[in-house]
Amino acid sequence: MNAPVAVLRNVSKVFPERKALDSVSLEVLQGEVLALLGPNGSGKTTLLRVLASILRPTSGDVFFGGVRVTNGNVERMRLLSSLVFQRTVMFGGSVYDNVAYGLRVRGVTRSQIGDRVARVLKLVRLEGFERRSARKLSGGEQQRVALARALSLGTGLLLLDEPTANLDPQNAAIIEDVIATVNRELKTAVVLATHNMFQARSLPHRIALISDGRVGEVGLPGEVFGRLSKALASFAVLDNTFSGVARVRDDGVTVVDIGGDVRLEAVGQRAGEVRVLISPTDVIVSKSAILSSARNVLRGRVVELREVGGLVRLRVDVGRLFVVQVTRGSFVSLGLGLGSVVFLVFKASSVQFL
Amino acid sequence: MNPLDSLIAALQLLFSLSPRIIEITLRSLFVSGSAALIAALWGIPLATLIAMKNFPGKFLIRTVFNSLIGIPTVALGFLLFLAFSRETGPLGFLQLLYTPTAIIIGEAILITPIVVSLVISAIEAVDPEIVNLARTLGASESQASLAVLKEALSGILLAGVASFNRAVGELGIAQFVGGFIFGQTELLTTGIWVELQIGNPGTSIVLMIILLTLVFAINLVLNLVQRRRR
Repeated sequence: MNAPVAVLRNVSKVFPERKALDSVSLEVLQGEVLALLGPNGSGKTTLLRVLASILRPTSGDVFFGGVRVTNGNVERMRLLSSLVFQRTVMFGGSVYDNVAYGLRVRGVTRSQIGDRVARVLKLVRLEGFERRSARKLSGGEQQRVALARALSLGTGLLLLDEPTANLDPQNAAIIEDVIATVNRELKTAVVLATHNMFQARSLPHRIALISDGRVGEVGLPGEVFGRLSKALASFAVLDNTFSGVARVRDDGVTVVDIGGDVRLEAVGQRAGEVRVLISPTDVIVSKSAILSSARNVLRGRVVELREVGGLVRLRVDVGRLFVVQVTRGSFVSLGLGLGSVVFLVFKASSVQFL
Repeated sequence: MNPLDSLIAALQLLFSLSPRIIEITLRSLFVSGSAALIAALWGIPLATLIAMKNFPGKFLIRTVFNSLIGIPTVALGFLLFLAFSRETGPLGFLQLLYTPTAIIIGEAILITPIVVSLVISAIEAVDPEIVNLARTLGASESQASLAVLKEALSGILLAGVASFNRAVGELGIAQFVGGFIFGQTELLTTGIWVELQIGNPGTSIVLMIILLTLVFAINLVLNLVQRRRR
C-alpha cells in the first residue's frame, strides 16, 4: 500500500433534489481493495461515478496520479478507471462486442482485442461465450461479462458498485474470487461499494463507512468492525441483523438466542449480548429439511415476495424475519409462493458477530 | 373499359415491362430515396440533440414535430407551389417548379417530422445508462452518442422506412411542385392519377401494383433485418 491512485478532496455533489456527497475527502491507495460500506442512498454510487469521471462534482477536486480532473481532461481521465454498475447494463450484440467495446475505443488492434477478450472471459469462467447474445445471458452471467468488460481494459483502478447485490451465491462467489485474484496478481486498486457487511469484512484491506453523503471512519476491517462504532451501528438496520444472547454449550458450540424461539449455532467462543448478521447470500432455501453439514436449519413461512432482477427476495418468518434470495428459476422449480413452508439452511460459520 | 379488361391490360403491361413504366418506377425510387436520405441527414442529428440534451422548450419542440407528422400533403404542396412559383414566389428565382428537385425538397420537408419524432422515441427507449457505460469504458462524448444511436438502430431504420413509405406514396406535393411532365417528373403516384384521367386505367393499375409491391418489399426487408439483429 503506497502512493494514492486517486484522491478526492472536499468533494460535494448536489443534485436538484438532494445533496448526494457532502465534502468527501478520500484516498484510494495503489493495490488496495477499499470498501465503501453504507446503506442504500448513502452516496456510494455517486462517489463511484465521481471517481469514474462520469459525474463532475459540484465542488471539490478529484486527482488521478496527482493530476487534477478538469472539464478539459475529463475524457482522458476516464481512461484510467473502469466502473461496473450495480444494475448490469449490456450493449445489444454479442458478449465479444461488449467486452471489446472499451478496447475498440482505445484503438487496440483487432488481434490483440481477440486475445484479451478470450483471457478475461476465461478469468470470469465464461470461456467460449464470445458469440452468445449478451442480453440473453442470465443475470449472474451478465454481471460476469460486465466485470470482464471492465477488466479487459487493464486500468489501475477498478470501481465496483454492489457487484454481487442481486446475484445468487454461486455467481457472487465467482465475482468475489475474480476481484481478489485481480487485486492480488495485477495489483489493481479496487473500490467496492457494498451494503453487505460480510463482503466488506472478507475482501477489502480498508473500509470507509459512508452515510448521508459523508465518509466517516476509514480503517482496517478489524478496527472498523471491532470498534462497533456509532456509524456502523446505524447501518445495523440491514437485513438479517439480530441482537441476541450468546452462550457456549458444553460441546463447545456457541449458541445465539435471537428471540422468537430461534437459536443459531455459530463459530467462535462468545457469551453475553451480541449482534449477529447472516448474509442473505449464504442462506440456502429448501422445501424440506435437507440433510447437510450446515448446523442451522430453520423452518418458516414465506411472508413477502419481491422480484429483483433475475432474483426473488423472500421474507421468511421463522420466529424472526429473515431475508433470503433465490434465482427466478429455483423459485419456480421449488413451487414457492406466499405462505409456503420453507427451510432456511446455513452454516455456523455464516453467522457473523458484529 | 370494364374492370376485368383493365386488369388484363394491366397485367400484360406489367409483364411487358415497358421502358416508360421502368423509368417512372426508378424515378419514384430516386426521388423518395433522396428525400428520405436528406431528411435522415438533417433529422437524425437534430433528433439526437433533442433526445440527449435537456433544455427549456424541449417538450414544445417535440410536440411541434409530433403534430407536423400529420400535415396534409395538399397543404404543404400548395405552400411550396406558392414559394417556388417562378414569377411571384420568394424562391421562384431557383427555377425549381416542375422539377424532380422540387419534389425531393418538398418530400424531405414532409417526412422530416417523421424522422425526428421516431428517432427521438428510439433514442429515448435506449437504457439511459448506455451512455454512461460507454463513457466508463473510455468513450469520448461523441463515441458515447454513437453507442446510443447503435442501440437505437432498429428504431432508426424504422424511421427511415416509415418516412420513405410516406414519401413514395404521397400525391399532393408531387402534383403541386412536380406536375406530370412526360419523361421528367412522372412518378408512380401522380402516374396513377393522371393515367386514369386520360383513360388508361391499365397503366394506373400497373403503377399501383408496383407502388404497393415496393412498399411491401421494403417493409419485408426491414423486418428481416430486425429479426437478424435480435
